[in-house]
Amino acid sequence: MKNDYFQVVRGGLNSTFQDLGRKNLYHIGLPFSGAMDKRNYLIANKLIDNNKNDPVLEFAFQGPSLKYFGRKRNIVVTGDVNFKIIKNDNSQNEGECYRTIGLDEGDTIDIMSTNKSVYGYFSISGGFKLNKVWGSFSTTIRAQIGSNNGSKLIDGQDIKLNEPNQLSNKKLSFVNSKIEFIRVIKGTNFDYFSEQSIKDFFSKDFEVTKLTDRMGMRLEGIKLNNIKKTNIKSEGLVKGTIQIPADGKPIILLSDHGTLGGYPKFGVVISADYDKLVQIPPGSKLKFKEIQLKDAENLYKLYNMETNNILSKIL
Amino acid sequence: MIKNIANLGDAAIYCDFGSEVNKEINSKVIKYFVALRNKNLKGITNLSPSYNKLVITFDINETSYENLKQEILHLDIDNKIDNDFKKVRIPTCFDDDFSLDINRLENKLKKSKREIINLFLKRKYFCYMTGFIAGMPFLGDTDSKIQLERLETPRVKVPKGSVGLTEQFCNIYTFESPGGWNIIGNTPITIFNTTTQSTPNLISPGNEVIFYEITKKEYIKIYEK
Repeated sequence: MKNDYFQVVRGGLNSTFQDLGRKNLYHIGLPFSGAMDKRNYLIANKLIDNNKNDPVLEFAFQGPSLKYFGRKRNIVVTGDVNFKIIKNDNSQNEGECYRTIGLDEGDTIDIMSTNKSVYGYFSISGGFKLNKVWGSFSTTIRAQIGSNNGSKLIDGQDIKLNEPNQLSNKKLSFVNSKIEFIRVIKGTNFDYFSEQSIKDFFSKDFEVTKLTDRMGMRLEGIKLNNIKKTNIKSEGLVKGTIQIPADGKPIILLSDHGTLGGYPKFGVVISADYDKLVQIPPGSKLKFKEIQLKDAENLYKLYNMETNNILSKIL
Repeated sequence: MIKNIANLGDAAIYCDFGSEVNKEINSKVIKYFVALRNKNLKGITNLSPSYNKLVITFDINETSYENLKQEILHLDIDNKIDNDFKKVRIPTCFDDDFSLDINRLENKLKKSKREIINLFLKRKYFCYMTGFIAGMPFLGDTDSKIQLERLETPRVKVPKGSVGLTEQFCNIYTFESPGGWNIIGNTPITIFNTTTQSTPNLISPGNEVIFYEITKKEYIKIYEK
């Protein structure tokens, strides 16, 4: 029997398959990748009754438009997303996030845009039919590896699906909260910057620029002055690292970041704030706050507990 | 052997082996890298060795900075571990279509193209680390007569296979990528093979790399294989 599938009417800006990411390959130059907003990724799988680490379709700003061919099955969209379902009789329903929606043969889901946020997630009952590459379903475009031959969704391609699960309808009342400050732990080159610049970093606004993607987020704001040296010998990087190159403008490294780099590391965004950081769209303002390691560890425990609480509400 | 250990955020450890770049310090980094890989400590998610640092990421749900720091400080390092002295030969074409920065190199180094190429080919190079983009080897040290700074404005796209020079290092762009190294030539062979899991990198830290010259005709022949 033929597999159920989607025909990609429109690929969207940057639609890729993601899971929890790829481990133990930094030393050859491969980053973690994986879903940018892990909480919304986990909710997408849980609501549709798939496994925790199943691949989900992540999209940024404008998502894909997908026409469905196959047996009736459920889909879920998470994030803050505007989308609609165009039924096979051409009637249209506005989509609602965080609830299962049934798709019939010939229906189209059109994910128009994320709303004052960046990433959204699309999951389907039974899941996408993909193969793991080096332990993960995640697509890393820059290294051309992972699902979909290491590429984003392209207009006109197909997406194959696994056998559907039993239909069960689920719903979660959930609102994506925003945070006032992005909290930061001092980096290994913190003292390369003038006292005034350190003060500025933790008191002034920084704007997220359009030069932002899965690799990194470039910020615009008051120039941060390096008083020591603007280049270091290339060394390992981690996601959340705030690098400040010679031009004095911070770059925050995100999930697809280059694994080695030679710009001074001013700080690192704490793990508890990462999901919220990546959802801040270009044009928005950011404020930073310094925090100690112990507090960051406790905040992560809390954040993780909160995520588990949300997931446990989905029965 | 580690001079200083610090946290890099809340989910990574930064091991500092010194500020100089040389084989001796780098091989200490590699020894820790190998020992940690073999030991497979709980919670470690990535090891990132470089010239003189080792960055270790961990799953904050499974361990913590203080825990891992203690484990690393008490790690038994087998000094007998030898570097992987595999020799790799890289065919390289220096045709004008490939040596994108040859004019800059000639002007800055005050040498002819032939002299620069000969000085480049004369040495055997040591692989300090791989990364930035998948599989990119960082090799050294080049002859002091062909050392120069990176481009003032980096290229938006450096072609795949490009061989670049910067300071005392040379590298190979395993994918098309942005980059600021001075491009001297191009290799037609695949350095990072995405179809194999066990050894995707042709060149690994500790390996010895020798470049040899090929004509454009030979380049095309190898490329088309």
